[in-house]
Amino acid sequence: MSGSQSASQTAGPYVHIGCTPKVAGLKNMYGGHVLGADIFPPDVPGRKIVISGQIFDGAGDPVLDAMLEFWQADASGRYGANGAYGGWARRAVDPEAGRYRLETILPAATGDEAAHVKVWVVARGINLGLHTRIYFEDEPQGQDPILAAINEPSRRSTLIAKRSGDDGYIFNIHLQGDKETVFINV
Amino acid sequence: MVSETDPFNPQDMSLQPPALTPDYRSSRLRAPSHKLLSLEQGPGELTGPTFGHDVIGPNDNDLIINYAAPGSAAIGEQIMVHGHLLDENARPVPQALLEFWQANAGGRYRHKKDGYLAPLDPNFGGCGRTLTDENGYFSFRTVRPGPYPWPNGGNDWRPAHIHFSCFGQGWAQRLITQMYFEGDPHIPLCPIVQTIADPKAIDRLTARLDMAHTVPMGFRAFRFDIVLRGRASTLFENKLEGN
Repeated sequence: MSGSQSASQTAGPYVHIGCTPKVAGLKNMYGGHVLGADIFPPDVPGRKIVISGQIFDGAGDPVLDAMLEFWQADASGRYGANGAYGGWARRAVDPEAGRYRLETILPAATGDEAAHVKVWVVARGINLGLHTRIYFEDEPQGQDPILAAINEPSRRSTLIAKRSGDDGYIFNIHLQGDKETVFINV
Repeated sequence: MVSETDPFNPQDMSLQPPALTPDYRSSRLRAPSHKLLSLEQGPGELTGPTFGHDVIGPNDNDLIINYAAPGSAAIGEQIMVHGHLLDENARPVPQALLEFWQANAGGRYRHKKDGYLAPLDPNFGGCGRTLTDENGYFSFRTVRPGPYPWPNGGNDWRPAHIHFSCFGQGWAQRLITQMYFEGDPHIPLCPIVQTIADPKAIDRLTARLDMAHTVPMGFRAFRFDIVLRGRASTLFENKLEGN
């Protein structure tokens, strides 16, 4: 190794100016193009699902200034096979309730890893972006190495999205406290 | 040799800010208390989104004009920021998307929640983006942002800074950081800067005045290099050279 990693700094409360300028109210920035709005091209094969939820702080209050990014395999278990940034999306949480919503397709398992969507969370007060994963309660978890590494069942459940309706899943993230989500050092 | 299937080096936590940094008050309720779960990187960590010039417009890297009315320009001291995106193995990271955002010359963000008394500049949006070139170099023009007060302690001010969002070549390299300006007296006073324990790591986030690229009677240049995690090369016992 010949260099040292640059240190992370918080994305701050105004991350949306830089990453989702339309959400921040910058009219027609980049010609109105919203990077990461669609996770896959519209014709990608797979079962369409919607993942939604909120992020909560240690006081149980919703985090209103977060940005999330997602990265996932397609319905064949392949990463990055559907266009240059197919499988990647970003969302700002809404400023009133801190909700996010991701319309995507159900990923397939890849090797030992059960079907999951990777998540990265940044916001004011988060010094180093937090990685976690969304698994699906009605999909087989098999020998998934991350779930297997979590000893406490209650903590394991923090990574598993609950089915809600025909095509919906609920996945909330707790930054701190009794329900603290398992975060991953990738 | 290093290939695209080799894992990334672990995050060097001695260089990174810990989650809980009480002097930066916002971290108190937002810092996870459990240790991070370590992961053997799989295909999803080793790959990541890649971007091409189709996402970049001709003025996206010029914050002086990219939000301004035609013929107008943002108010403030015009500067050029340039640097090299590398990994820990000193390999350039080409074709990587960088996004940047900042306050205007008066220290005010174009955001409805920023209530600082400095005026908004109608010709300054405060964001831009670019791709690194084939050798990992990048540059953009902007106005030097102003420092501003923030409600943390009694009298906290942010040093002038530019936020950077960096994509590398894998999900594990994703980084958001901030660039500070050489000589700013607020750097040692700022609780956000001081979330980083290692003074050398802070120094590496501090851009240097670069007179060699400063344009006479034009604008000053600042140099800011960014280092992402590198891939750990596979060690072959019979082929040590190159490792």
